[in-house]
Amino acid sequence: MNKNRIYPTYFIFGALLLYTVLYVLPSVIGLGYSFTDWSVYSQEIHFVGWKNFATVFSADYNYTRMLENTFVFTIVTTLAKNVIGLALAVLLTKKVILLNFHRAVMYLPCVLSALIVGMIFKSVLNPKIGLLNTFLRKIGLGFMASNWLTDSKIAFRSVMAVDIWKGMGYIMTILIAGIMSIPPTYYEAASIDGGNAWQCFRHITLPLLVPTLTVTTVLNVIYGLKVFDTVYSLTNGGPGFATEVLYTGVYKEFGLGRYAVGTTLSTIMTLVMLVAGFFMIKHMVKGDGQEI
Amino acid sequence: MRRRKQLAVIGINLLAWALSLILLAPLLLILLNSFKTGKAAADMNLALPASMEWSNYAVVIEKGKLATTFLNSALYSVCSVLLCTLLCTMAAYVLSRNRRKLHSFLYLFLVLGIAMPINFITLMKVMQTLKLMNSRIGIILLYTATQIPFNIFLIHSFVSKISPEIDEAAVIDGASPVSLFFRIVMPLMKPVLVTVMVLTFLNTWNEFVMPLYFLGSTDKWPMTLAVYNFFGMYFKDWNLVCADIVLTSAPVIIVYLLGQKYIVSGMTAGAIKG
Repeated sequence: MNKNRIYPTYFIFGALLLYTVLYVLPSVIGLGYSFTDWSVYSQEIHFVGWKNFATVFSADYNYTRMLENTFVFTIVTTLAKNVIGLALAVLLTKKVILLNFHRAVMYLPCVLSALIVGMIFKSVLNPKIGLLNTFLRKIGLGFMASNWLTDSKIAFRSVMAVDIWKGMGYIMTILIAGIMSIPPTYYEAASIDGGNAWQCFRHITLPLLVPTLTVTTVLNVIYGLKVFDTVYSLTNGGPGFATEVLYTGVYKEFGLGRYAVGTTLSTIMTLVMLVAGFFMIKHMVKGDGQEI
Repeated sequence: MRRRKQLAVIGINLLAWALSLILLAPLLLILLNSFKTGKAAADMNLALPASMEWSNYAVVIEKGKLATTFLNSALYSVCSVLLCTLLCTMAAYVLSRNRRKLHSFLYLFLVLGIAMPINFITLMKVMQTLKLMNSRIGIILLYTATQIPFNIFLIHSFVSKISPEIDEAAVIDGASPVSLFFRIVMPLMKPVLVTVMVLTFLNTWNEFVMPLYFLGSTDKWPMTLAVYNFFGMYFKDWNLVCADIVLTSAPVIIVYLLGQKYIVSGMTAGAIKG
């Protein structure tokens, strides 16, 4: 049979066109514009070499802070979500009453928009009337009550905590599916040999979850590097530059009309993520008989 | 021994409840406060409302122009769900069935988008050139474009599990490529199509960045942008803000409760390979 005739190539065109023009093309153009002085005020655009990159990586600007924050955010939330997600997954694959209810609740924040979650936590973390400080005062831990989002020393930690709160259920859900695909006979054999719960986890569950954990890690890294909505609605990068991440920075550059610097920041991220992404995609596509 | 086991069961259940409460408390807070008077909501606590102030919702719908923004959000989500499902299904089907060198390359090129960030600033330039700035069609096309990579990935792996012998039989019976696809293969893809539609709906309904950059006029705003703006103006009236949050989130929560099975299967596809 002639595959090219039965499966016409023009079926691909619609998706390919939209994706190429609105998704890939801006990044490609962006690479070019990173070497120019493009701004909202410029009549014509000049080539300026590596100047924008020098600006972004120079110590006197807050851009390095922004890049550092983005990486810290990515590493911390990825680790925390994986560890907590794994603990939750182990807990919710045991014989718990109302198991599906608990699972559904844990996943619920993932379907809410990050913007809304940010707004909800602006209320919860309010220093005077917020739920968290009220609760701390009630149980006698009033000294721990803080200005969660306005104290520059802890604001960034609060932002990360909110993001972990929102995202851990997602990782849990993936890991539950991973745990359920482990044959129960392994655990039966282990219990005959007298293995306890910790040994079962350490020597059966964990090693067999490594491929799944690899994927959740990469998904989290991709998400973390791109984070915008949560930070924007919680602190908008403040106080000062304490919680500024890459995409809130790009949005500010956009607002100021400094397009070239904004594009340069985006380009740096695109390059980092293409490398990370390529390995993930290779892993994800592998199982479907696709050769790369 | 038996006693220890019972204690463990109780412990596990208590732990599960404690964790669920950490996740539920902030959401309950919003729901409860949306029914309180402005004065009671200013305390932002978990006390039950003294009386049910349904009028908060009426006020918010009027002041926040929620009727318009709801219709906008619905229009953007429904159109991009339909367009995206159609385009991705056609593309993923051909890419999965015909694995020439070129097609393998195109598939990788398309799914690589799962990892790629968007350059919003140059995207603005592209949108301006195409006359798509501040336009409803522009936003629908953008929403569709962003959902293409993951959806193609999902459908592609599903199609590879449908036997190609069905196609051959249909072709021998004289089916054209178009009718083979729409009348024979597409009906078999129903489970993955539902997953794709549910996920695309959730993602597009929650989308905030695209309208922030590319929709200037308030009458075209979706609910997410409107609720954020409303929060900026009425941040002292927590009862109204909460009511707005509830209304904006209601569609995704309803879709989540109805389509939970499909969401989970979509989320775990790719992460778990047997």
